[in-house]
Amino acid sequence: MNDRIYRILLFAAALVMPLVCGGVVYALVTDAREAFEHFGFFNFLTSSEWSYTEGAEQYGALPFITGTLMTTLLALIFCIPFSLPVALFVGEYFKGTRVAAILSTITDLLAGIPSIIYGLWGFYTLRPLIIMLDISPQGSGVLIASLVLAIMIVPYAASLSAEFIKMVPNDLKEAAYSLGATRAEVIRRVVFPVAGSGIFSAYILAIGRALGETMTVTMLIGNTNNIPNSITSTGNSMASIIANQFGEADDLRLSSLIAIGLILYLITAVINMIGKIMIKRARIV
Amino acid sequence: MDNANIKNRLTKDRIVLYAVSLFAGLMAVPLLAILGEVLLRGYEQLSWSFFTEPTPTAYRAMKAIKAGEPIPGGIANGIVGTMLMLAMAALFAVPIGILCGVFLAENPKNRFSQFVSFLTDLLQGTPSVIIGIVVYIWVVVPMKGYSAIAGSVALSIMMLPLIIRSTEETLRILPASLKEAGLALGGNRARVMLRVQLPAAFGGIFTGVLLAVSRVIGETAPLMFTALGCSFIRFAVDKPISAVPLLIWEFFNDPNLQELIWGASLFLLLFVLTLNLTAKYLAKKWNQ
Repeated sequence: MNDRIYRILLFAAALVMPLVCGGVVYALVTDAREAFEHFGFFNFLTSSEWSYTEGAEQYGALPFITGTLMTTLLALIFCIPFSLPVALFVGEYFKGTRVAAILSTITDLLAGIPSIIYGLWGFYTLRPLIIMLDISPQGSGVLIASLVLAIMIVPYAASLSAEFIKMVPNDLKEAAYSLGATRAEVIRRVVFPVAGSGIFSAYILAIGRALGETMTVTMLIGNTNNIPNSITSTGNSMASIIANQFGEADDLRLSSLIAIGLILYLITAVINMIGKIMIKRARIV
Repeated sequence: MDNANIKNRLTKDRIVLYAVSLFAGLMAVPLLAILGEVLLRGYEQLSWSFFTEPTPTAYRAMKAIKAGEPIPGGIANGIVGTMLMLAMAALFAVPIGILCGVFLAENPKNRFSQFVSFLTDLLQGTPSVIIGIVVYIWVVVPMKGYSAIAGSVALSIMMLPLIIRSTEETLRILPASLKEAGLALGGNRARVMLRVQLPAAFGGIFTGVLLAVSRVIGETAPLMFTALGCSFIRFAVDKPISAVPLLIWEFFNDPNLQELIWGASLFLLLFVLTLNLTAKYLAKKWNQ
């Protein structure tokens, strides 16, 4: 093969990426326009009405934006007490040992489980438990969706945090030990400050995962088109309203769902970009 | 420093160690719970016919339940659909992904390749449900119907970034002397890539492909708007087709078919986890 053909071939393959990504944005924007033009962009974002009575159709994204933000935020809160210990266990306390390898395999396997199976487990195992403990009468809702979501994002947050914890230079830690610090103190005073921005970026990327997670939330959140007024009430996330209604929707409702898709896409894209930029910065330091 | 203070600090140190170990160890609970539930409940449903027969109609299933018999049929339509769509998706995503990864590894500093690299991150972070919507607009609407092609386009778009990244990263960690030796022997860049670098990077790229497959095989949301589902075994690429995760979703929503959920989940889970573990094992082996 001659060099020129080789270069052209590679360039052509690389051109696929801008085409795909451009195509994604173009398709979403063109098909969401009808909804934005009909309701007005700002109005669509802030309206909490979702009714498809013919002639008086009214669609707004606020309940679903709220649902997504609530589930994501709660999932993040539930995830930290587990992902941080996992990261410390693998990256600091038992770095390079067999137990750490086993724990890494466990979290890797958790990351591999398809989201629909997480949904089934939440529905058939966790939901009866929540009903039994009398936390909420119907079981499904924001709380259970966030709980399962938290388990799903632990592997992502933990493995990336562990990577940054491992990179903390030994001489810094040894300096602290030589001053008489205990291990817990070294972690608090040396490891966290040095690895902090990296750990932070790991959680940003975990948020990016949780925002777009579809099947688990669809199976657990209860699928009601209202703004959830407490963590045990039911609702819908942006992804779950799309999963629920896309197949049966047409015209204005379809366009509204695509508009919600566009908003979700933009939010995840911004979050992911912030995460990636922070990781790059944290790696240089 | 007085003794009590030191003791206090040492106790605190211990408590932190125990708490970290306890909470980290707790992550085994959901994994074991999920594996246990799917294994125990799914095991009963597995039989030869579960893999060779298509999904029964809700009516047939209802009759069987009323008669107190096990539900007839299985998930063969889903297995065929999943395999067909994966094969078609890989046919597109593997060559394009590898070429794109080679491009990124060959031109690390070029503006355009930095842009492509940025887009790869962007695409990797895109929620799968969005990919479903977009492929619906791209393929399902113009073709005037759901199809296996649409499903495989969605899967291949999700595979692309993973294959690109693994190719690029594996090529980057190869020793530069390998490439230089090839070039010194008079090979041009294409020949050196094809005969020296790619064969040396095969392990890493293969692992990347396996991981990409294991990631998309359980995807449900994008297939709901593209492949739709189908209750019999079909090989046509321009017609709606089923997939194992789609079947699980169907069983979840149809009270008559609920008995079949666990068998289908067991199949999917074992498939995904085996692929995952194989990929990790191969990666380790090739790295040595």
